[in-house]
Amino acid sequence: MNRVITSMALLVLGLVTALPALAQTGEPIKIGVIQPLSGPVAASGNYVRMGTEIARDWINARGGVLGRQVQLLIEDNKSDPKEAATAAEKLIVRDKVPVIMGAWGSSMTLAAMPKLEEYGVPMVVETSSAASITKRGNPWVFRISPPSEMEALGLEKYLKDFGIKQADFLAVNTDWGRGAATAFGDLLKRSGAAVGATEFMDQAATDMNAQITKIKAGTSDTLFLTTGVEQITLVLKQAQEQRLARKVITTGGSSSPSQLIKQAGPAAEGTYHILFFTPWFPEAMPDGKLAKTFVDEWNKRGHPFEGLTEGFRGHDGIMTAADAIKLAGKPDPKAVRDALWKVNIMGVNGPIRFEKDGPAGKESGQSKPSIFIVQIRDGKIALPTFAAKK
Amino acid sequence: MEQLLQHLLNGLLLGATYSLLGIGLTLVFGLMNVVNFAHGEFYTLGAYAVFAALVGASVSFFVAIPLAIAVGAALGALCERVLLRPLRDESIDTVMLVMIGLWIAMQNAELLGWGGVAKSVGTPFSTQPVVLGHVSVSPLRIFVFVVSAAFIVGAHLLLARTKLGRAMRATFQDRETAALMGVSIERIHTITFAFGAGLAAAAGALLGPVFLLYPSMGDLASLKAFSVVILGGLGNFAGAALGGIVLGVAEELGAGYVSSGYRDAVGFVIIVAVLLLRPSGLFARAERVG
Repeated sequence: MNRVITSMALLVLGLVTALPALAQTGEPIKIGVIQPLSGPVAASGNYVRMGTEIARDWINARGGVLGRQVQLLIEDNKSDPKEAATAAEKLIVRDKVPVIMGAWGSSMTLAAMPKLEEYGVPMVVETSSAASITKRGNPWVFRISPPSEMEALGLEKYLKDFGIKQADFLAVNTDWGRGAATAFGDLLKRSGAAVGATEFMDQAATDMNAQITKIKAGTSDTLFLTTGVEQITLVLKQAQEQRLARKVITTGGSSSPSQLIKQAGPAAEGTYHILFFTPWFPEAMPDGKLAKTFVDEWNKRGHPFEGLTEGFRGHDGIMTAADAIKLAGKPDPKAVRDALWKVNIMGVNGPIRFEKDGPAGKESGQSKPSIFIVQIRDGKIALPTFAAKK
Repeated sequence: MEQLLQHLLNGLLLGATYSLLGIGLTLVFGLMNVVNFAHGEFYTLGAYAVFAALVGASVSFFVAIPLAIAVGAALGALCERVLLRPLRDESIDTVMLVMIGLWIAMQNAELLGWGGVAKSVGTPFSTQPVVLGHVSVSPLRIFVFVVSAAFIVGAHLLLARTKLGRAMRATFQDRETAALMGVSIERIHTITFAFGAGLAAAAGALLGPVFLLYPSMGDLASLKAFSVVILGGLGNFAGAALGGIVLGVAEELGAGYVSSGYRDAVGFVIIVAVLLLRPSGLFARAERVG
C-alpha cells in the first residue's frame, strides 16, 4: 500500500515539475516592436510593421525559433518620444519581452534607450540615423540602419558627379534632422563645397513656405532634405509653388519615392533619394534572391509598393532579433544581448554583423548597411545617370 | 525686398487660415462659455469628408467642400444636443473635461476609420504657380485665401446684421432676459456650436488639399486656433480674425529672419507678451461678440 502511495506521489511530483517545461515549449517567444503607427510619421511606421509581420510569418513557417512560434507585440509610439519610452517600459515590465525592435525616429529611440539600460533588455534599432544612438555608451543598443555619418560617406563617391558647389539644408527639428544636417555639412566642407542656410521644421509642421523663401534667397545649387515622406511631399510641393530651383537630395532612406511620385507628382521630378533598399531593382541587392522573394511576398499581401523602402527594415530587424534568440538558446534578455554580437545573417539590405561603437566598455552594436541612391526621372524611379555608368 | 514680399504673402495666406480656425473657437467660447478642445477634430473631419466625397462619391471638388462643411455642422449640432445640453449649468471645468474626452474619442475614431498613413487630396487647380513680379503663389492657396476671407466676413455679417446674430449676441449677454424676449436658448446654443464646428470643418476642407490628411492633423490646428483666440482676446471675433493674420505673419517673419528652428516659439513669445501686457487680448477695445 505504502509503495503505491509513494509511487503515486512521485508520479504527481514528476508531472508537476514537468508541467511548466511542457507549457513553455508551447508558449510563443515574444518580440517587442515599437513603431510610429499614428501621428505625423505614421506612414513609415506602418510600412515597417508590415515588414516585421512578413519576417514573423516566414520564421514561423520554418518552425519558429527554438522550436517555438514567434509572436510580435507591436506598440504605437504615436510619433512621440514620450510615448516611445512608455511603450518600451510596457513591453519590458508587463509583457517581459527578451528583445525589442524599434523605434523608427532617432528622438523616439533615444527616449526609449534609458529603459533598456534600466531593465537590461536589448533593442535592435532598424531606422534611426542620429550618431548619438550608438555613441552614448548604451550596451543594449544594436543598430542595423546607417548613422548619418555613414550615409554621408556613402554619398561621397558621387559628390563630383553631383557637382555641388554650395548646399542648403532643410531638416526636421529632431535628433535625426539635426544630426543629418551636421553629418552631411561636414562631408561637404571636407570636400571643398560650401554650406549655405541650415533650416529646421517642426515634425508636425505643414507649412514650410517661410523656410523655402529663405532658402530661395540664397545662392546654393543643392538642397539636402531630411524628414519623413509626409513632410518631403509638402516641401517639394511648396518648393514648386515658389519656383525654388535646386537639386534636391533626401537623406535617411524614408522618402518612399514611389509615394512621392503619387502624392507630389511633378514636384518630385528630378529629385535624388538616398535609400537602403531598391525594390525596383531587387536583383541589384547583395542577396538578390532574398530581395526578390521579399518584394513578391509584399505584393502578394497587397501592401502598397511605395512602402517597401521602409518595410524591409522591419524584416531585417526581426530576423536579427530572432537569430540572436536562436544563438542565445533561450529567450533571456541578457543572453540575447550577448548573442547579438554573434549574429551574422543576410538581410534584404545586405549582411548584418555588429561592430563595436561608442565609449570603451559600454559599446553599442553597429552594423554596416548598404547604401543606394536613386532619382525620380520622367515619373519613374531610375538610377542616377552617373551611378548607372559606374 | 523680394524675400520680404514673399514672406509677407506667405504669412498673409497662412494667417487667413489661422483666422478661420480661430473665429469658430472664439465664437463657441464667447457665446456658450464652452472651451472646445475638439475644435481641431472638426477640422480633421472636414478634411476627411472632402477626401471621402472626392474618392468615395467622386463628386466635384467644389461640391465636396460645402458637403464637408455640412457634415461638420451636423456633427457639431449632434454633439451639442447629446453632450453639451445636459451640462448647460455645470461648471466650465466639467464641460472642458467632456470636450477633451470628445477630442480623444474623435481622433481615435478617425485613426480607426482611416488608418494612420497620410492621404493626399487632388484638386482641379494647376500645380503651376501664379507669378506676380518676384513673388509666386499656387492657385489653390489663392482660392483658399479668398474663400477663408469670405467665410470670415460672412460670419461677421451674420453676427452683426441678422436677426439670428442678434439673438446669439443677446443670449451671450443675458440668457434669462433673452429667453424672456422669446429667443429659444436651446436652439441658439445648437446653432452656435454647429456654426463653430462648421467653420472648423470649412478650414479642414480647404486646407486638407493644401497639406496632407492624417488623424492627428487636428492637434496642430487646435494649437493654432487657441493661440489665435488668446492673441485676439477670448470671445473677441474681430480679435480672432486679426490675431490669425498677426500670428501667421509673425511666424513667417520669425522663421525667415530669426530662426526656423524656433518658428513656433515666435508665436508663443507674442502670446506670452500679450498675456503679460494686454491680458484681455491685443484687440481688447475692438468690438466684442455681444
